This record gives sequence, structure tokens and C-alpha cells, in this order.
Amino acid sequence: MFNFIEHRKIWYIISLLLILPGLFSMVTRGFNLGIDFTGGNLVEVRVEQGVKIEQVRDVVEGLGFAASNNIQKSGTTDYIIRTRELTEDESATLISTLERKVGEVNLLRNDRVGPVIGRELTVNAILSLLIAAVLMLVYITFRFEFKQGVVTIVALLHDLLVVLGVFSIFQIEVDSAFVAAILTIIGYSINDKIVIFDRVRENSRMRKKGESVEDLVNISLWQTLVRSLNTGMSVLFVLLTLYFFGGTTLKTFILALLIGVVIGAYSSMLNASPLWVDLKLREKKAAAK
Amino acid sequence: MRWSKILAMAAIILAIAALGITAAVPLPIFKDVAWLPWANQTILGLDLQGGVHVVLEAKDTPSAKVNDETMKRAQAVLERRINETGVAEPVIQRQGERRIIVELAGIKDPEKAVIDLIQPAYLEFKNELGQTIITGADLKDALEARDPNSGQVEVDLTFTKEGTGKFAQATTANVGKPIGIYLDNKLLQNPVVEEPITHGQARITGYESLEEAHTIAILLRSGALPVQLNVMEKRTVGPQLGQDSLDRSINAGIVGLVAILVFMIVYYRIPGLIADLALIFYALLVLAIFIGIHATMTLPGIAGFLLSLGMAVDSNVVIFERIKEELRTGKSIRSAIDAGFRRGFVAVFDSNATTLIAAIVLYYFGASMIRGFAVTLSIGILVSLFTAITLTRWLLHLTAATNVVKDPRYYGA
Repeated sequence: MFNFIEHRKIWYIISLLLILPGLFSMVTRGFNLGIDFTGGNLVEVRVEQGVKIEQVRDVVEGLGFAASNNIQKSGTTDYIIRTRELTEDESATLISTLERKVGEVNLLRNDRVGPVIGRELTVNAILSLLIAAVLMLVYITFRFEFKQGVVTIVALLHDLLVVLGVFSIFQIEVDSAFVAAILTIIGYSINDKIVIFDRVRENSRMRKKGESVEDLVNISLWQTLVRSLNTGMSVLFVLLTLYFFGGTTLKTFILALLIGVVIGAYSSMLNASPLWVDLKLREKKAAAK
Repeated sequence: MRWSKILAMAAIILAIAALGITAAVPLPIFKDVAWLPWANQTILGLDLQGGVHVVLEAKDTPSAKVNDETMKRAQAVLERRINETGVAEPVIQRQGERRIIVELAGIKDPEKAVIDLIQPAYLEFKNELGQTIITGADLKDALEARDPNSGQVEVDLTFTKEGTGKFAQATTANVGKPIGIYLDNKLLQNPVVEEPITHGQARITGYESLEEAHTIAILLRSGALPVQLNVMEKRTVGPQLGQDSLDRSINAGIVGLVAILVFMIVYYRIPGLIADLALIFYALLVLAIFIGIHATMTLPGIAGFLLSLGMAVDSNVVIFERIKEELRTGKSIRSAIDAGFRRGFVAVFDSNATTLIAAIVLYYFGASMIRGFAVTLSIGILVSLFTAITLTRWLLHLTAATNVVKDPRYYGA
């Protein structure tokens, strides 16, 4: 039987390799922040067949609302236009000018976000992350033990950093849905960790004499492996169908969840549990002294 | 074979099927029953049928300061304006000290609705010297009309008793001179008073369409906004995008659900089939609860629902793996089911509890769109604890008791 715990240094190194490039990118390049953070307008329009991106660009530039690289084609007849924050009258001008220049325009969506909202969003997101982390730590300490709570939070932080890293490296736009996705990942990937620790908890009650912590956790990992894979797969099914069939507005959200679910399964098995073994071994050493 | 148990099983399957069919399929025999198919009773959010979500913030101006009283009045004005347009189930909510959230779903032109909503609609009549003689506050009524002779569109104003007095006095004093009519400091008209007007009526003309006059009449009837409202955040979803999102979500939901159902049967056989039954019932139950509490289904709400579906599957997977293990130790089918549920339950409970904590935090700190996600996720988790534990277990026992399938291999061993 392959021993997951014995090779834990390898898993730690893989985790570091996953985190470091993202961390570097976050520090040097930051994120591609959407209007939810920066403020501005995002206008999505459906126009007639054959309208060229240059025509749309000319209108937007002519009005002095946006830079040219902020117009994007989506699908065959849809355009996404990012502009500075537009007043209601300016929005109306944009649509009526477009109608005059390129023919019929169907306004699919127009999001306007003031600069204050972005700040509030960031503050709220960080606040809710902290509160959720504390509450989970309390719950796990109550139902399991404090050290398992700590490694769970560390593993969650790992998941968070990987997802943030991917979004920074590929400069995928970050919006308020992304914030919700991060919180969902936290709520979801904690499941994996709990199921494994539940097995550890149960096995340690019936622990045989002389069985090491490493073996105990390794057996627990093997016993929960099929469940982890099966659940992971069924969640991936749902997410992939949502990603491919679910429409554009949810895409970032689903993408973040996809990465989060995969990395969450990884860190549950190969970070949280081995880290707990390390903490336990240290505890033993301290007691032996 | 135990026929009574087989009949019970068949009855349950039929009941769930009936629930499912009445939910989604329009049946010709029930075509007079207004609430069937009952899934159509779901209230759709503005992102699924088009509409607008807008956060307005009041700003202090030299003439009007923001306080609790002016905010209440502003909210009342917005309510009157929205009610007059006949939008179904609008949301008009105070948030904090100086914000008001408005949500309008199912309207044709959300962008124009916002423009009308934030228009101060401050009506003034001014004399030649620029002094205000009467304002919109003295209005009793405003109605749009078309002059039967000239065909000209106009808004007819009726003043209150007090206003009638003021207007009579002012027109008497200004015979032969112009009186300007201003809306939001914009001069609409500047007619010359021919004779004193004592009947308390006036009219504004020069509108291009009856629709335009109608909008102005509503604004004037609802009264002027006591404070200046600025748009802080606005999310407009056109009806087309709403319909697209709804269609796509339903497709994604069906494809995702079918994928899970197939996976469960292929991998877990009899228990998988039972879990599928429970899952279908679960999906219908969540939908029914949603309709029952008049919750609004939004796009993030659907995502939360599908995620809770994943969690419900997870609960089953955890337990079925346990049942398999128990079967491998040589237990009978029935005692393996019991032991599997008993041991799996703790893990299922703890993992659902932690996710519930995250959902609750999300609800308290998230923006309104994220709230929809948190609500469905929470309801989904609570319902799934019931269906995945109680219902699945009961159904599994019932199946085992029918004695149709005796080979433990069909239970995953």
C-alpha cells in the first residue's frame, strides 16, 4: 500500500511550487480588477450580424468614454464594453449613439459601480473570510481538536493562495462573483478535510497498540480515498456542465470553483493530514523531553 | 419476495414521479388548474427575467440635508413612483443611513426606469423676477391628456386648496406678464398670463407622446424627491439576457443532474438507484420550499442549489462507501446498512455543519446577489441532511425488505 504520509515532504514541495509563482505574480503584477473593484461601467450589447468591432470602438471612443482595448467580442454578435463610470444620461447616450451608427442594439446588461462600492466589497470580503475562519476553528476544536482546526485553516489558506495565484498569473478578471467563489471554496473544501479527520477520529478510538500516528492517518486516507474521488468527480460534473452550458455571467465564479475543488481535494489529503501528523509528532517529542 | 414491501416501494416511486411530472410538464387534464405545472410558481429574480438592481445614495445639497426624515420621505416618493408604473413585487429597502436599494424585475426598459426614478421632479412656477410662486408641493393631482381639438399632448395640473389660493393671487398680480414653468431647474414653458386663474388648474404642453406625458404626470403626482439621490451601483439585465440565463441554467441543471444520476447508478447500483430517487425528491422539495417561502430564484441561487446537490451526493457517497466496507466484513445487508449510516452520519453532519457556517457568514456580509446564493445553499444543506440520511436509509431498508435483490454485490460489496 502506497504510504501518503511517508512522502509528505514531496507534497509540501509541490504545494510550494504551486503557491510561489502565484504569490510572485500577485506581488509584482497584482490582479486584473473588474469594475466591481475599480468602479466604472460594463455594458454588454447584442448587435446585428456583421457589425465590426471597429465600429463599436469608434462610437465609444468618439464619445470619450473608454480606451479601445476595453472592447471585447463575445460570441458572434455580442460586445462587452468597459468604460469609466457613466451617469445614467451618458449610458443612454452611448446606446442611442450605437443605435444610430450600427443599427439595432439589444442592451443585454449594463453594470454601473461607483468607486466606493469596490472598497466596501474588499473590506467585507476580508472580514467575512476572517469570521468564517474563526468560526470554523471553533467548531473543529469543539468537535475534533484544536490542532486539526489549525491545519485545516492552513490548508484552506493554501487553497485560497493557489486560486488567487492562478487568477493573478493569467490575469483573469476578478469581480464580486469571484469573492463569493472564494468563500464557497472555503465552505466546500473544508468538507474533504472534515471527512478525513472524522475517519482519523474514529480510527484513533480503536487504535491498536504500537500503531504510529503516521500509519493511523495513512490508513484513514486510504479508507476515505474512494469517497474523496467520487465526490470530487460528481462535483466536477456539475461544475463543468455549469461552465460549458451556464452562460457568461457565471463563468468566473465557476472557474474559480473548479480550481478550488481540485486543489481542495489535494490539500485535504496531502497537506492537512500530513501537517497534523507533523504537529502530533512534535507534541510527542516535547513530551518525551 | 415480499409483495407488500414491493407495493410500498412502487407507491413511493409513483408518488415522486407524480410530484416531478406535475412540477414541470403541462398536462392537458389539468389545464384549468392555474398553479400547475407548479414549478412555474417560482419567483424569478431580475437576473433571470430582466430588470435592474440599483443602490441609491442620498447626497447633502445646500438646499436639503440628509437625515432620517428626508430619507423616509424619499423612500415613500420612490415607492409611489414605482407603484404607479405597476411593476410586480418591487424591492425598496433602506440600507444604512443614506442608501436605498431598489430592485425591479420583469420590466421592459430597466435603464429608463432608473433615469425616471432618480429624477428629482421638482416643479416650480416662477414670476418674471425669478421668484418662486408655487411648487409641486401644492399639487393635488397631475394627469396626462390629449387635447381633443388640437391633438396636443399635455399634463393637466390640479392644485390643492391652498395652492389654488396662491396661484390665483400670483396670476392676478402678473396679468400680461410671463410665468415660467420649471422642472428640475429646466424651463419648460414661459406662458403669458392673460387673465387671473382662480379655478386652481394649469397645464403643461409640448410633449412628443402621451407616454412621455404619462411619465411626467407620475413623477409630479408622486412628489419631488426631498434629497438628491445618486446611483452608487446599478446592475441592469436586459430581458434577452435574462431569458438566455434562465434557459442555460435549466439546461445546465438538467445535464448536471442526469450526469450525477447516471454516475450513482453505475457506481453504486441498488443504493445508487435509491440515492437517485432521494435526490430527485430532494430537488423537488427544495423547489417547493422555495416557492412556499416566496423566495426569489436568482442565478447565484441556482448555483447554490446545484452546489448543495453536490453536497447531497457527497452525503450518500460517504455513507455508501461505509456500507460497502461493512458488507466486506461479512455483515448481512440490513445490518451493513444500519452500521454504514450510523458511522457515516457523523462525518456527514460535521462536514455539512462547517459548510453551513460558511453560508451563514456569506449571508451576513455578502452583497444582495451573494445572499441568494447563501440562502439556497443553506436550505439545500438542511434539506439534504434529511433526504440523504432519513429518506435514503428508509428506502434502502424497504428495498432490502422486498427480498428481490439478495446478492450483496448489488449493494456494492
